[in-house]
Amino acid sequence: MTLEQASQTIKSVLGEIAPDADCDALPADADIRDALELDSLDFLNFVEMLSQRSGQRIDEDDYPRLGTLASGSEFLAGG
Amino acid sequence: MPVLGADMDEGTLLEWLIKPGDEVHKGDVIAVVDTAKSAIEVESFHTGIVERLVIPAGETVPVGTVLAVIRESVPVAAGAAPGPRARPAGGPAAAAPPAPPVTAVAETAARAAPPATPLVRHEAAELGVDLTLVHGTGRGGAITRHDVEQAAAGPRRRRVSPLARRLAAELGVDLDAVTGTGADGAVRAEDVRQAAPAAPPAQATGQPAAPVPEAPRPAAPGKARPAGTSRRPEKAAAMRQAIARLMARSKREIPHYYVSNTVDMGPALDWLRERNRSAEMSARMVPAALLLKAAALAAREVPELNGYWTEEHFVPAPGVHLGVAVSMRGGGLITPAIHDAADLPAAELMGRLRDLVNRARAGRVRGSELTDATITVTNLGDQGVESVTGVIYPPQVALVGFGKITERPWAVRGLLGVRPVIATTLAADHRATDGYTGARFLNVLADLLQRPEEL
Repeated sequence: MTLEQASQTIKSVLGEIAPDADCDALPADADIRDALELDSLDFLNFVEMLSQRSGQRIDEDDYPRLGTLASGSEFLAGG
Repeated sequence: MPVLGADMDEGTLLEWLIKPGDEVHKGDVIAVVDTAKSAIEVESFHTGIVERLVIPAGETVPVGTVLAVIRESVPVAAGAAPGPRARPAGGPAAAAPPAPPVTAVAETAARAAPPATPLVRHEAAELGVDLTLVHGTGRGGAITRHDVEQAAAGPRRRRVSPLARRLAAELGVDLDAVTGTGADGAVRAEDVRQAAPAAPPAQATGQPAAPVPEAPRPAAPGKARPAGTSRRPEKAAAMRQAIARLMARSKREIPHYYVSNTVDMGPALDWLRERNRSAEMSARMVPAALLLKAAALAAREVPELNGYWTEEHFVPAPGVHLGVAVSMRGGGLITPAIHDAADLPAAELMGRLRDLVNRARAGRVRGSELTDATITVTNLGDQGVESVTGVIYPPQVALVGFGKITERPWAVRGLLGVRPVIATTLAADHRATDGYTGARFLNVLADLLQRPEEL
């Protein structure tokens, strides 16, 4: 998965979890949970869907890397 | 129309999920009702055969109105003409609980036998039109020949999903003109969007790859909207008013007292981390599940806080139905209950919590879930506040609050360490209990959280 694909994947998953948020306008370094007001269950849904779409297991220890669009994209792209 | 919360005085019947002749069982979901707070699935209170639907979809009626008639015994096939001739009171049991009995009967009479002249009845019988399903346009709601003819000529009643109905109202789409693509020609939200006049481009083209979630899309796609303005503004305003009424009543009537505690979450978090490491992703648990389970067990252990204050005395509840405050995107909240939460293993409670939150936000909670809570929990920790001291939901007598889990310096046996801790609070009704009981509750809760493997 390229960085760009990873970023698109994250945005599309977030679009489903928070349908009314404008994910395209989400700054790359913004705290996703804060910006979209995700609670812990939303975040769990987010992680699960990301894992399904990217085909990789995401452990709880990886959660901090999914904090922003930028770091999350790097993580998914295998960086 | 059942009372789906202490603050409800009317409801709109969005959709029937049954039709005359259907067999229903107690607990089956038979209709979807829209209240000020959300769309709610209404369950049948009886087992029997649906005799007729009294209130058509789309109508708003006061609480206590009979919605449908369900015959509990084997239906009498005496060739009784449907509708007006059937006696509403008596043998058949109403689908709605007999909330205010007197008015319910009065309403029944008014609803069940819409005024119609003998000529109109005759014509209806000829054309096979069920008069109870016809909207009368004559004086006093009387059904005219024209109404009957229209009903006979018009398309058969179609199934329309609640979201589609709401969307249609929002977008000004005439449902009769929409071609349904669902099963049996049911109209789905997507059909309404397709039929919307001058649909905004984002709706027409959509995002090709990602499945579009079943939620109304913003009308102005280019404009960023804060999370959760999907509901109509008036809907949000109605919810606000409902909350306002209930909370004002709580503070007016209930003398609250408050106790609080700080609990070491180290053992619970360590246990969770170990467990989640080996678990499938879908079986992962969040701390909230342990907190809810601990609260439910504590409520069982301190039954004086689990139940209702009615008629000047406390009535303990036999089971712990744990109300969970769920914030809605775009403001407002509802507090559906997890039934028998104290009896559920923590992992199952976690599943139920996820399901409940998802359904609450999608507007698919069940009536019993909204009315059965015996004690409520609010967990604002995810929003980053240290503690929350709640307002009790009448007629309940206690509300538990959890704050954010934060690392703090923590002294144990004269040694200072850094531990993850959480502030737990209890707001309780002083008419029902005293501070001593509240303190006992929080102490039991704290002890339980030190032994997460037993939760």
